Amino acid sequence: MEKIRYKEIVDKNAPKSVRFKNGVRAFLIGGFVGMLGDFLMQLYAYLFHIPTKEASVFMIITLIFFGCLFTALGFFDNFVKYAKAGLIIPITGFAHATMSATLEYAREGLVTGIGANMLKLSGSVIIFGVISAYFFGLVRLIFFGG
Amino acid sequence: MTIKYDNVYLNETATITGPIEAKGPLGNLFDKSYDSFYIESKSWEQSEIHLLEKSVEVLLGKIKKSRFDIDLHISGELLNQLVATNYAGSRLGIPLLGIYSACATSTEGLIIGANMISAKQVNNCICSASSHNNGAEKQFRYPVEYGGPKPDTASFTTTGSASAFLSKNKKGIKIESGTIGIAVDMGLKDANNMGAIMAAAAGDTIYRHLSDTKREVNYYDLILTGDLGKYGKQILIDYMRIEYGIILNNYNDTGTMIYDLENQDVHAGGSGPACAPLVTYSFIFNKMKNKELTKVLLVATGSLQSVVTVNQKMTIPSIAHAVSLEALS
Repeated sequence: MEKIRYKEIVDKNAPKSVRFKNGVRAFLIGGFVGMLGDFLMQLYAYLFHIPTKEASVFMIITLIFFGCLFTALGFFDNFVKYAKAGLIIPITGFAHATMSATLEYAREGLVTGIGANMLKLSGSVIIFGVISAYFFGLVRLIFFGG
Repeated sequence: MTIKYDNVYLNETATITGPIEAKGPLGNLFDKSYDSFYIESKSWEQSEIHLLEKSVEVLLGKIKKSRFDIDLHISGELLNQLVATNYAGSRLGIPLLGIYSACATSTEGLIIGANMISAKQVNNCICSASSHNNGAEKQFRYPVEYGGPKPDTASFTTTGSASAFLSKNKKGIKIESGTIGIAVDMGLKDANNMGAIMAAAAGDTIYRHLSDTKREVNYYDLILTGDLGKYGKQILIDYMRIEYGIILNNYNDTGTMIYDLENQDVHAGGSGPACAPLVTYSFIFNKMKNKELTKVLLVATGSLQSVVTVNQKMTIPSIAHAVSLEALS
């Protein structure tokens, strides 16, 4: 059988995609995480009398901490499975990806296991985040003078 | 390539599983099930070594033999460098052949073992296959604790080990013939849809087996594929009908039998080298001994990618080996 005809059979039997439902769910939960972040930011700014710019750093640390803690406690993967992009796109997704890789390789030792593998999933985010920040900064410098 | 065997019998089996399989519909048929993914160790790789070793130990207990009575152990799994096979082999001390056909390993082992017994090179042998869900996830996919969504076509690697004792003694069920499959590449690249990749190899091997033996598909009470899952199963039914004009009525897939697909979170069904033998050596073996089934064609299917070939965007080949099993008259 030609590959194209075989692919037709495969496509015919493919499960129906539930993108709309997943999209709505991710939108709502992602939005809630954003709201939570903003709430924390305002709370820290109010409690510690600091500008919101500094409070946002504490907010990010809080979200990362709980993303990591819940991953290590073993139930955050179920949350992510349910919320999908709603928890993957916010900083919680980065924390979850890093922590889950860390747990995975803990048996292989500190250097050859955790150190070498903890950024297995999230390493690309850092690399391409830094590269795009560099280009974005360059564009800003050239067109808007920094 | 189909080989007929003279006087080769599958005398006894042993099946050991992890927690998820024990909760499945066949849970009470397995010889032993562990309630954790960590089995006598703190790593999944070492747990799989233990699973494999345990299945051979249980089998030796059932046939009342010591390891010195066994001429040959043929075994395979998914872990890199066949570490589970080789480490378990070093503890068992039986002459060892490590083999790899991904999830088609179990039938490859049966074919090699049956050939050597049929040719009178060995008197008996043990054929094993094992897999560990978390070990396979770690090696082939994402970290286990990572909850990134998986498509519905993804399969769930079984945790367990199954071993079978083969000899010339007429006991258990007969291994009538075996068909060595061809690695087939249908141009698919999605490692999360292995059912679609492997259905082509299953179809090819079933067709070759039927034409080599000049049998109709209804000759068998049951045709059993390895781990195509619920979507791959439909693909195979359509593919057999369109390509070969063969209607598969008496057909099932072990990947859809080992778990409760409605209530267990296993996506399209079970997979892994242990999937086909766990179902065959428990549920099917019992039914054949009771003569509820007399002729069964077991077609274990394997998807032959590595992480490197998937990342290099190569198409994924698959292979299927078939073994014809007969109840004793």
